[in-house]
Amino acid sequence: MLAESLALTAALFIIGVMGVLIHRNAIIIFMCVELMLTAVNLTFVAFSRFYGPAGQVFVIFVMTVSAAEAAVGLAIIIAIYRHRQTVNLKDINLLKG
Amino acid sequence: MLLQSAVALASDAHPLAGTIAAWVWLLPVLPLAGFVINGLLSLNSAHFGPSDPNTPDHHPHSEGAAEAPVISHGEEEGAAGDDHHAVKRHRWAGVTSIVGPGVLILSFLLALGIWRAMTGVEMEAPFIQRYFSWMPVGDLHIDAALQLDQLSMLMILVVTGVGAVIHVFSVGYMQDDPGYPRYFAYLNLFVFFMLVLVLGSNYPVMFIGWEGVGLCSYLLIGFWFNDKAIADAGKKAFIVNRIGDFGFLIAMFMLFANIGVLDFVGVNAKALELGVGSGLVTAICLFMFLGCTGKSAQIPLYIWLPDAMAGPTPVSALIHAATMVTAGVYLIARSGALFSLSPVASLTVAVVGAVTAIFAASIAFKQWDIKKVLAYSTISQLGYMFVGVGVGAYVSGMFHLVTHSFFKALLFLGSGSVIHAMHHAYHTTNSHEDAQDMRNMGGLRKYLPVTCVLMWIGTLAIAGIPPFAGFFSKDEILGEVFLRAHGSNLASASWLGMPGSGVLYAIYAIGLVTALMTAIYMTRMMLYTFHGPNRTGATEEQHLHEVSWLMTGPVVVLGILTVIGGWLNLPRAITDVVPLGRPAVLDHWLEPTVGAATARLSAGTREIPASTEQLLILGAVVIAVAGIAFAFAWLKPARLVPKRDAPAEEGFERVVANKYYVDEGIDATVVRPTYAVSKTFLWRVVDVGVIDGLLVNGSAAIARGFGWLGSRLQTGNVGIYAWVLVVGVVALLGAFTLR
Repeated sequence: MLAESLALTAALFIIGVMGVLIHRNAIIIFMCVELMLTAVNLTFVAFSRFYGPAGQVFVIFVMTVSAAEAAVGLAIIIAIYRHRQTVNLKDINLLKG
Repeated sequence: MLLQSAVALASDAHPLAGTIAAWVWLLPVLPLAGFVINGLLSLNSAHFGPSDPNTPDHHPHSEGAAEAPVISHGEEEGAAGDDHHAVKRHRWAGVTSIVGPGVLILSFLLALGIWRAMTGVEMEAPFIQRYFSWMPVGDLHIDAALQLDQLSMLMILVVTGVGAVIHVFSVGYMQDDPGYPRYFAYLNLFVFFMLVLVLGSNYPVMFIGWEGVGLCSYLLIGFWFNDKAIADAGKKAFIVNRIGDFGFLIAMFMLFANIGVLDFVGVNAKALELGVGSGLVTAICLFMFLGCTGKSAQIPLYIWLPDAMAGPTPVSALIHAATMVTAGVYLIARSGALFSLSPVASLTVAVVGAVTAIFAASIAFKQWDIKKVLAYSTISQLGYMFVGVGVGAYVSGMFHLVTHSFFKALLFLGSGSVIHAMHHAYHTTNSHEDAQDMRNMGGLRKYLPVTCVLMWIGTLAIAGIPPFAGFFSKDEILGEVFLRAHGSNLASASWLGMPGSGVLYAIYAIGLVTALMTAIYMTRMMLYTFHGPNRTGATEEQHLHEVSWLMTGPVVVLGILTVIGGWLNLPRAITDVVPLGRPAVLDHWLEPTVGAATARLSAGTREIPASTEQLLILGAVVIAVAGIAFAFAWLKPARLVPKRDAPAEEGFERVVANKYYVDEGIDATVVRPTYAVSKTFLWRVVDVGVIDGLLVNGSAAIARGFGWLGSRLQTGNVGIYAWVLVVGVVALLGAFTLR
């Protein structure tokens, strides 16, 4: 039971990672990050089924933080779009050394 | 004051504990307080330095200095020393006149009290007062501690006693100088450091005093620093002294590296661990002696002392004749435990002393500046002291130190009175002649009768005429050299392949010849200054008169000391014949401090019959009398002409008058090559090329290169950052799982 759950969450997580790595649209990358967080949440829940409720508590925490992160992240993306008229990460390299 | 409880703890059982000797810290602190007060007063004035050289009132001098080589600046400059402008007395001069000499007199009274306490008790071990731990680093434990024993007591009495007298003289000599409080601040500071030097209970504390007196010497030589030649003389003294101090430092390092202690008691106890006659102890002693040659103006580092005469005359008397320059003699006497282990080093000290004595005496023959004569005579007499401590006759060396401080301070202060009177005469008549040149003097006996008599006393003392102080002390040194030439440890040692006995006989012969020369050149100085016709000038002569009692008074005190100083240590050979008083008082007094070292070096000395000793003494007196008589017969003051009309010297006389061109030689072999190397190699290659180019700009370039490499990683592209992150995480996880 646990092995299947973990295989699912690992697959979800890797899909998220690959999305972050491959895509260039900030919105899509953002959604992939959310997917990774969800995969982690699922892992917590799966573990809590066997090791007690601590995992579920963590899930609440992660969801709270990811909600905050989503608000801030979307705000940043909107701000960048208003300045540059684009959300393509290829065109955004202000920190180039 | 500081940590009284610790003090009480440290000196429990000593017989001096609880007596006035516990106040020993006050001895140096009093002059320090004087320094602070006078220093603050000197800050409260319109101008800090000497008066402006561009005012028309200024006395032009030193025509010869401009073309003189760099190192020999300050030749004829002492004349500037006595500039008295239209009286611009400092507003706080009155306070300074009380505080300056006052602290010294208090110090002297305290020293007398401590001396009284010391004579009352039997003390074998030195009385050491620890105030705080100064350098507790690893195995190195150095306390700020003062040590009171018979040797330091003798020095304290000399420093505070002669110091107080010279401070009083300075009031008369300097009170019209605009920098008067500054002068006394420096002079008080000097006494403070000198007392630290003689009271320190370990080499590092002594070194603080050693460096401090060097600093004050520099400040006081360059007191009238708006004259470049005078400022240069100060710098020369400081730099030459630094060379010697380097030797002293090396000796301390070697001592600590090998026996791990630096306090005198510890060194005395552990000195034997260095090995009798070992190369190590010889090296330590020779490095230490290098320090002494700097401070005490011996060959090869004597060159600064004649130039130091550019300072005010009382400074020459106190620092460059009576106290500071004798520090080297004190250091060797203090380190007797080390020097007595190395006959080679001891013989080196004696040989250098003897050569310096005769060399400086020969230069004194052709000097015209009255202070220069005394400067070279000081170097020569210091040579005698080093002969004394070199042959292990530490008491004799210290004895000559004490008597010399009396009669040389007397002679310097006397010359100060002469210069003061001469300068006054030239100043009143607006003449720009040299107030220190003996060719401009002559016949001053008539105008300065008191000074003349007192200086004759000093001259007879230095020449070695009984019963004046110099006779006893100089004779004792020569007698000890003669005594040790038979059979002592020194005589059986070999020095550079020569038998020690032969070396000692040679030193004795040099000592006798130097005594003859001393008698001649000192009489020459007296004859040219005080006798014969006056050469000052017809109008100037009207203004010559005796100086004030403030200046003659201190000289009288020194005159009395010069007459009775010999009673400190009467030789047995004389008291057996003439019942003058208790013999060998100083021998007895210094026995606990230097007795062991003396015994070690003189072990095996054969007694010589008293009649031989008396014959030697008689011979020395005959030589001194012959010297004076010869000078009277040979020198014709009447034929001298004033400086401006004097013809240039010819041949060998010119070589001597120019001090054997030693300064020029050093200039050509050391100073100029140093400049040349600095300018071409050190500056252009080492500084510009290596330091600026390679090290400073080079390291900057390396940092910039790495920065450029690092900046290539920062593409600003978030996708690449994410790739790097993921690859990193995968690599780490892989490494952990596969391990």
